[in-house]
Amino acid sequence: MFRSQYDTDVTVWSPQGRLLQVEYAMEAVKQGSACLGIVGEGCVVLAALKRQPNELSGYQRKLLKIDEHMTIAVAGLNADARTLAKTMRTECLNHRYVYGAPLQGARLVLDIADKYQRCTQMYVRRPYGVGLLVACVDATGPHLYETCPSGNYNEYVAVAIGARAQSAKTYLEKHVDAFKGCGVDELCKHALKGLAGCVAGDKELDAASASLAIVSFDAAAGEAATQIIEDGDVQKYLDTVEIDAAAAQAENMAVDDAPAADAMET
Amino acid sequence: MLFAGHEPARANNVVSSSPSAPPRQHTSRPIVTGTSVLGIKYKDGVMLAADTLASYGSLAMFKDVQRISKTGSYTLVGASGEMSDYHAILRKLEGLERDNLNANDGFEHSPVEIYSYLRAVMYQARNKFNPLWNSLVVGGYKDGKAFLGSVDLRGTAYEDDVIATGFGAHLALPIMRAKWHADIDEGEARALLEDCLRVLFYRDCRALDMVVLSKATADGTLVSDPYKIETDWSSASFVVPKAGEDGDGGW
Repeated sequence: MFRSQYDTDVTVWSPQGRLLQVEYAMEAVKQGSACLGIVGEGCVVLAALKRQPNELSGYQRKLLKIDEHMTIAVAGLNADARTLAKTMRTECLNHRYVYGAPLQGARLVLDIADKYQRCTQMYVRRPYGVGLLVACVDATGPHLYETCPSGNYNEYVAVAIGARAQSAKTYLEKHVDAFKGCGVDELCKHALKGLAGCVAGDKELDAASASLAIVSFDAAAGEAATQIIEDGDVQKYLDTVEIDAAAAQAENMAVDDAPAADAMET
Repeated sequence: MLFAGHEPARANNVVSSSPSAPPRQHTSRPIVTGTSVLGIKYKDGVMLAADTLASYGSLAMFKDVQRISKTGSYTLVGASGEMSDYHAILRKLEGLERDNLNANDGFEHSPVEIYSYLRAVMYQARNKFNPLWNSLVVGGYKDGKAFLGSVDLRGTAYEDDVIATGFGAHLALPIMRAKWHADIDEGEARALLEDCLRVLFYRDCRALDMVVLSKATADGTLVSDPYKIETDWSSASFVVPKAGEDGDGGW
């Protein structure tokens, strides 16, 4: 079997000017189950599709609360996401101790992107195999960022990553004008509709596999608050959306053929 | 040996393994000191005042020292105590400002955050048994809210409507508390602070009649040039020598 000579560690370039290890890591993100995020009026909503590695097992959690004002959705190697989440939580906590105020999302995302980047330049490490969607509401308003193993990061109004994310992206691009000025409830509907197209095979989005996170400004508390909605609690939101998974999939014929990712247990 | 880009440790903080090296030394007393800083909240924001003297013991050594500085767009920081430690604190605050500038994301620390940061800095230094020997007053105005707080050399921090450090805590604070009310306007606030500075100049032997007034309002922060306050020495206790003795009436 053909194997590339140039992919044994991240410090070796291919003659085409590519770092294959980094690209493989990006591929790991594409194999993780889908998640998406949308920015609305003073709030951000994340939705993630949870996988069940085994018929008898629980579902792998995809939404991790970082701080009161910040939540991440992960696609890729969940174990890698945990170490990044730990770093992010520590940074947020330290910032609260020193400044008595929540950390700016942009500053933290930059630090995390630098952490990713270090792994793309040192042969003793491997790149992180996970992409994050970071949702936060801070002093400069609501923000949504995507980070990826290459060390790149971007801010979005709406974005989707993971397996079959193209379906969600198509949905988001189509409805992007509607997001402006959207409240939490409307945004959750859009998020679930977008996510519905990412479900594998003939399955449908259900309360067990769908999860939602809302980061919004809580006027009563005077600061941003995170709410993660999972398991039975999602049903209420699913009920408000007429999900026609078949229609959603038919609508987006350009769905990328994501490879079977069962072995990855992501 | 010093390498390029290698910053030497704070001289009195060097830990040496050599037995001939002098022992580790901490700041155990201030050397060049500033006296009181006063701060009050008023209708449109916050006003801070201090004189411009830095004393070397009882010697009035430097008479044109700025003891109130702007940091960022919303905040004023005033200091009494060791002037070199105050300058070290200002350098930290400049670092904070520069980081915000470099990030270029439109974010700036609010007065509350700077106050909280200084609290952490002062407390950490004290935990190393090497305190930054200052009483700081932080005043600021952001998002329609005035902020006034104080941090001391042990990291003790509190907020209030009127604050005075050093001798001012004994001489000026009672006056400020008696005259302060929630909707005090700018003119009244200024008059009140000048009255207090005058009393301090009369009674605090480390004070000066050259003063700086500063304010933080919705229009941003402003620090005045130093100016001289009017004094009146016709008071009997100043004119008539004390207890009938010859002399200048001083003590």
